[in-house]
Amino acid sequence: MTSTTTTPRSATGSVALRGVTKVYGQGEQAVLALDGLSLDVAPGEFVCLVGASGCGKSTLLNLVAGLDRLSGGTIEVGEGVNPGLMFQEPALFPWSTVEGNVEVPLKLRGLPRDQRRARVAELLRTVHLSDFGRKRPHQLSGGMRQRVALARTLALDTPVLLMDEPFGALDAMTRDILHDELERIWGERKLTVLFVTHNVREAARLADRIVLLSSRPGRIIYSTRVDVPRPRRIDSPEVSAIAAEVTDRLRKEVGRHGQ
Amino acid sequence: MASDTLAGTARNDAEISGLDALEIAGREKGPSRLRRLWSATWPKFAALALAIAIWQAVVLSGWKEPWALPGPAVVFADLGHYLVSSALWEGLATTARRAAVGFAAAVAVGLLLGLGVARVKVLRAALGSMITALQTMPSIAWFPLAILLFQLSEQAIFFVVVLGAAPSVANGVIHGVDYVPPLLVRAGRNLGARGLNLYRYVIAPAALPAIVAGLKQGWAFAWRSLMAGELLVVIATRTSIGAQLTYARELSEAPRLMAIMIVILVVGLLVDTAFGAADKAIRRRWGVLDQAGN
Repeated sequence: MTSTTTTPRSATGSVALRGVTKVYGQGEQAVLALDGLSLDVAPGEFVCLVGASGCGKSTLLNLVAGLDRLSGGTIEVGEGVNPGLMFQEPALFPWSTVEGNVEVPLKLRGLPRDQRRARVAELLRTVHLSDFGRKRPHQLSGGMRQRVALARTLALDTPVLLMDEPFGALDAMTRDILHDELERIWGERKLTVLFVTHNVREAARLADRIVLLSSRPGRIIYSTRVDVPRPRRIDSPEVSAIAAEVTDRLRKEVGRHGQ
Repeated sequence: MASDTLAGTARNDAEISGLDALEIAGREKGPSRLRRLWSATWPKFAALALAIAIWQAVVLSGWKEPWALPGPAVVFADLGHYLVSSALWEGLATTARRAAVGFAAAVAVGLLLGLGVARVKVLRAALGSMITALQTMPSIAWFPLAILLFQLSEQAIFFVVVLGAAPSVANGVIHGVDYVPPLLVRAGRNLGARGLNLYRYVIAPAALPAIVAGLKQGWAFAWRSLMAGELLVVIATRTSIGAQLTYARELSEAPRLMAIMIVILVVGLLVDTAFGAADKAIRRRWGVLDQAGN
């Protein structure tokens, strides 16, 4: 399980990984997914984890979310912080309306009904879905579903957002708009974001810092700050230059496995 | 770039609603309700008319004596008398009570059993395949034992109805819980649903369609077991529908016999339709009902 040690209040929203190791299976068939990975994410920082297949990106997020067991090392998040996790699929509950989905974490926290209503309305405004509260997930487009999932995760009122290729299945136009939206919400709510992607441009568009992971086992091989002023555009020369730089490093890493 | 920010936000809002409108446009069109109802109904009436026509043709061919195989006109005339007789309604009351009590008990047993097997590894190893085996056992084969145990009594019928229906209900629960998408469970856990709450907010609703399918199948088994039971276990003081069918055969009242069969068919169909409607409502809510299913 995630080990949450008592840390000062100022650490709320920070994530500290120390020698995180994850082994799947046992004996001969054991696979080392993550090998002694250490990473500090400051409160309010937007970090993109980039890597080719098999670098254990998703594993890492599951570990930070406490959905999987560490094989070694520690993960510290702020006291009482339960990081919110978003997946590539929206993972909405199909039996419930948009409002009902967003309400689930509020219900689980025991919020009274009128407070829940106000919070749901506010969250749906945030993701521009106020008119769709009574719809069911299947009646929405892929991008809208992912926004509902974002609103539902935000309903956790957590300062730490973990995102596992959340826009991977969307078309370019929708993804562009959701980048703008995520950047806005991140800024407004002062969230700490750990964002996994294999799309280098997406990382350069969004991140304060890009962290490149090697594959099998996952280790940090490169890390760079993205000092492009916001709001950014995915097709701006500055973003493209950073993307080109990271792509080069990524190719070298992939090439290493072909030798 | 910086001066763009405000205008950029407004533009973004317009883009978002524009994209949303484009993407969900034209999704909720379909033929009118009346037309849908008609296109679903007429083939059924046509098939019924055809069946009655074949029946009449067989009668006219003189294959069997009229006292053994009466024609549709005679049977429907008798059904008319039967429908206004107290015999039918008293019999129906007895039968419906047995069906309700037996099915309710089967549902309770099935839900508990299913949940136990789905959750507890040892129970699954012990009972999982046995439940499937029980399901393949024709319920009428239980009656000799039931009669030895409980004589010709209500309990004998109850025993077999529960044994017939509970495995289907249990299998529905097991199937439903087993096939809850793991992604939804992970999402639920991340949203703070642990232990019982995970069942309440994620697993139970996710398993509901399979559970309803199990209930529907369970009902079919319960109804068959009940009819078999009422034919075999005739209790003289209570003239259930099944008992009346037996009497009609013993007295060679062929039109009455067939009228009772029609009643049994219709009751079974009505309840099955109710389960079908529940099943369809759930699937529509989930958005897994295809166009053809409308």
